[in-house]
Amino acid sequence: MNTRPEAHQSPPMPPAPIGMLAELTHRCPLQCPYCSNPVELTRKREELETETWQRVFAEAAELGVLQVHLSGGEPALRQDLEALVASCAEHGLYSNLITAGVNIGRARLEALADAGLDHVQLSVQGATAEVNDHIANLPGAFDKKLAFAAEVTDVGLPLTLNSVIHRANLRQIPDLVELALELGARRLEIAHAQYYGWALQNRGALMPPREQVMEALDLVEAARERLKGKLVIDAVVPDYYARLPKPCMNGWGRQSLNVTPAGKVLPCHAAETIPGLAFWNVNEHSLGDIWQHSPAFNAYRGTDWMPDACQSCERREIDWGGCRCQALMLTGDATQMDPVCERSPYHDEIQTLAIVDSKRDDDFTYRRFSRQPA
Amino acid sequence: MSADTDSNGDAGGVPGLHESDVVKIPRGVRLREDKTRGGWVLLAPERVFQLDPIAQQVLMRVDGERDIAAIVDDLAQAFAAPRERILGDVRRMLADLITKNVLEVT
Repeated sequence: MNTRPEAHQSPPMPPAPIGMLAELTHRCPLQCPYCSNPVELTRKREELETETWQRVFAEAAELGVLQVHLSGGEPALRQDLEALVASCAEHGLYSNLITAGVNIGRARLEALADAGLDHVQLSVQGATAEVNDHIANLPGAFDKKLAFAAEVTDVGLPLTLNSVIHRANLRQIPDLVELALELGARRLEIAHAQYYGWALQNRGALMPPREQVMEALDLVEAARERLKGKLVIDAVVPDYYARLPKPCMNGWGRQSLNVTPAGKVLPCHAAETIPGLAFWNVNEHSLGDIWQHSPAFNAYRGTDWMPDACQSCERREIDWGGCRCQALMLTGDATQMDPVCERSPYHDEIQTLAIVDSKRDDDFTYRRFSRQPA
Repeated sequence: MSADTDSNGDAGGVPGLHESDVVKIPRGVRLREDKTRGGWVLLAPERVFQLDPIAQQVLMRVDGERDIAAIVDDLAQAFAAPRERILGDVRRMLADLITKNVLEVT
């Protein structure tokens, strides 16, 4: 360790990240209105080359990353997906394919398994074709997903089902639990929509009523208890109605990082919504260099950046101040306490906003690429 | 699930897990060394279990072939510790990981 006086100019090496989200592409056959990708999507010609991703995986393993989530968009639209999975395996990284499951045939799935894929996470937009295909805006998608799920378990790969929950499918939670069991999934994610980017634009179409959310939470809790040892159910809670903020990313720049299709490295997938943050790119820096030195990662790392009320709070290293993007969106200032916290002066306003939005009758604004620039 | 209430003779008070049971690490769960942080980890979908040295020693013996009795015998010999105590610890630990869906009874 460098203990010379000038060492203070360089921030100390933070604890190593455990997980990396690799957003391989923003291209996707689905158009879900809550997509976690940014509203301004990256086009194919800007995507990282195969060799660059392979270098990033090597650097990730070196840095201490244990798990890589291969995501998108639809990651299977990358023709080099097998090579990328093989690269993860080569470096000992646990690879998790996060897919919509509408464009991977048997032969390709086997090739991915042979390349060393560890796990498949399949999204479903609903528990019936009608709801699923309407939300994804893709007729026939549900049937393809069911067929794909059967192939996954047949090949012997472990399967997780993931469903983003909102007003249009919240009533289907019991059916989603049944579906997960029927499809042989070992794990189910009930992830209430988080309102950034596309979901923020669609809040008036997605926000569920408070009583339904509370009912759903009880229901998931009961199912989790009942199916212990059979199906793991993980829930992402709908935080607008909560009293305490979520520990977003388990702390900014603390456990995970996110690489965009064009190679920008973000502390979370919505971080680009915060103006003034400089994100470094894997084309110019190593992953370790970015993790330690990038201004964006150091902006809200630890507790020093927190407002006084958070710094003196006994939950400061439990909640980590909640979500920076949400603080920005709802208060105009990313350094504010997450307004979901009941100690925030904005807390009541957020609850009211959710209730108002839950009564609106908006149509979906589907996720699409903007018109091609000249 | 009535077998869950069977605690007859279960060391460690673990229901439904017997010395003759064989457990395995299923596909999708991986045991590996974590050189960066030190120690060993069990990697599962969206989850990382950091293992203490005892858990590591137990899981390194979980091969889907040896039964729990054989694993306990081996540990008792390797660490010159009372078998009964090891049996209790091993069963508690394995049952916990089975509940978390990262181990399976074959």
